[in-house]
Amino acid sequence: MRDTLTIAMREFSVYFTSPIAYIVLAIFALIFGYFFTAGLAFFMDYSMQAQGSPGAPPMNVNQFVIEPSLGNMSIVLLFLVPMITMRLFAEENRSGTIELLLTSPLHDYQIILGKWLGALMLYGCMLLVAVVNLSVLFLYTTPEWKPLLVALLGLALMGATMIALGTFLSTLTRNQIVAGALTFGVLLLLWVLNWVSSFETSTIGRLCEYLAISPHFEQFSRGVIELKDLVYYLSGTALGLFLSKRSLESLRWKA
Amino acid sequence: MIRVEGVTKRYGPTTAVDNISFEVERGEIVGFLGPNGAGKTTTMRILTGFLPPTRGAASVAGFDVATQPIEAKSRIGYLPESPPLYPEMSVIDYLRFVASIKHIPRKEIPKRIDAVLERTSTTDVRDKLLGKLSKGYRQRIGLAQALIHAPEVLIFDEPTSGLDPKQIIEVRELIRSLAGEHTILLSTHILPEVASTCGRVIIINEGRIEASDSLDNLTARLEGATALLLDVEGPPDEVRRALELDLAVRSVAEESRLGDRTALRVEVDKDDRVARRLAAVVVNSGWGLYGMRSLGMSLEDIFLQLTSQEEQANGGEGPAAGQGSDGGAPAADTAEGQEGDDR
Ligand SMILES: Nc1ncnc2c1ncn2[C@@H]1O[C@H](COP(=O)(O)OP(=O)(O)OP(=O)(O)O)[C@@H](O)[C@H]1O
Ligand SMILES: [Mg+2]
Repeated sequence: MRDTLTIAMREFSVYFTSPIAYIVLAIFALIFGYFFTAGLAFFMDYSMQAQGSPGAPPMNVNQFVIEPSLGNMSIVLLFLVPMITMRLFAEENRSGTIELLLTSPLHDYQIILGKWLGALMLYGCMLLVAVVNLSVLFLYTTPEWKPLLVALLGLALMGATMIALGTFLSTLTRNQIVAGALTFGVLLLLWVLNWVSSFETSTIGRLCEYLAISPHFEQFSRGVIELKDLVYYLSGTALGLFLSKRSLESLRWKA
Repeated sequence: MIRVEGVTKRYGPTTAVDNISFEVERGEIVGFLGPNGAGKTTTMRILTGFLPPTRGAASVAGFDVATQPIEAKSRIGYLPESPPLYPEMSVIDYLRFVASIKHIPRKEIPKRIDAVLERTSTTDVRDKLLGKLSKGYRQRIGLAQALIHAPEVLIFDEPTSGLDPKQIIEVRELIRSLAGEHTILLSTHILPEVASTCGRVIIINEGRIEASDSLDNLTARLEGATALLLDVEGPPDEVRRALELDLAVRSVAEESRLGDRTALRVEVDKDDRVARRLAAVVVNSGWGLYGMRSLGMSLEDIFLQLTSQEEQANGGEGPAAGQGSDGGAPAADTAEGQEGDDR
């Protein structure tokens, strides 16, 4: 456990000694901030009008501000996750520092969990930016906080899965750019599967929908935890980490 | 302390290490000597658990590297061929990180870091970024990293490569100062390095061990062999065949040819009568002997001899006994050796 945390903390601090952390956080803050303020402005307008006409149903902050702004984040992650994960193993493979880790008294799983956790911590900072934005809502309105927490949990799980896949793809190469491109490609594919499912109604369509990453977040963003979504993200994360372990083993056979 | 048994490593079709076995006893400093591509790095990577062997087993401090990797690895300090440094970290942060993954108790970490910084004379760069260090300092931090958990076994892959002469001397002194406390295996392709730091040498070439002996014995063996340069007038191939018949002759190589005369380099076992016999062979066959000179065998010669293949094939052992032509040799030697024979 201590070893895993040591590795995670090193990864996390390296993000901040390079520009990556700042770039990722800035992009996220900008995009999230835009969706959030746009949603908020729309909400204000609308509720103003509603006050004028007594027959209209009351507005819900969760539905009109929180849901859409968090819901849009799956696309943003498509771009930001590869930036976070591309260097994890690729850089160690290139510089040869992987030799230090693999000849230290560590288990492979500690190295992989540590790296994944380090990336997850940076991702946590991104979510923190979102939380700071959202907390403004509590000053002026009364959103329901339970669905908000569920939506954040969903976002965290989705990120964890994507980062686990990115970690695996980073073990495959010694070139960060290749690792990043591979991760983006795979995530994009998993995203596009969602469109395929709208053309296909057969079992293939349903399979595609199940495999796609973003549909599983929809229920979360509405504040509903469904078992199948939970299972999807947890098993996706486990798969990514398991593949990383296998890849690290086979790296030794090839290296 | 270190035990390698029948280890083979293949990378696809190439065999990097071919069924090698050796042992290093506690407290020894052993030099692992071989030309480029001999398989030194590969062997060390197998010993440190970075690579699994295709066949065979390696153990360190009594722990099998494959089945008890954590126990074995915690007893090894390893300096890879290129020091595994993270350029964006400072020296002190890096050593703290390494100390932590090597399981040094948290309280002892500052003490250990100070100790290795002092030992490798790097205290003055402790706050610098690793990426900004010069090659010599990088190498030393690589050594500091290997020493930090005071391991029983040290494995250094070319610890002095890329250093200037002054730094080479300093690093060698450092390594010598580690003797006694640690068991050390270091690789190099520079002979003087072995002479100045190691008690025993393992010579490896093309994945096979060619020799493994104490430095004294090896030097004695070097002195046991010597080379002669003969300047002969006669058909070169016939001369060669005739000379090779002598049992003390290890190899005959043509150095240069000028008209009818050929300069031949003849490597022989040390034997005070061999020069007479060879002279007799030449003269009795009716060829002309224009010169014969003894060439001392340097450390480099032996290294080259041990690591170049063809010469392995016809290595005659021991001095030749009872050569028929011995009787008439001394006379012929003086008679035909017109250009002087300065042995
Ligand atoms: N990852 C690899 N894939 C394929 N072949 C390899 C690999 N690593 C080493 N080899 C081959 O194995 C052989 C031994 O290499 P090794 O690096 O062990 O030699 P070395 O003795 O350390 O040489 P040097 O003195 O140049 O460092 C070489 O022929 C090399 O080409
Ligand atoms: Mg090497």
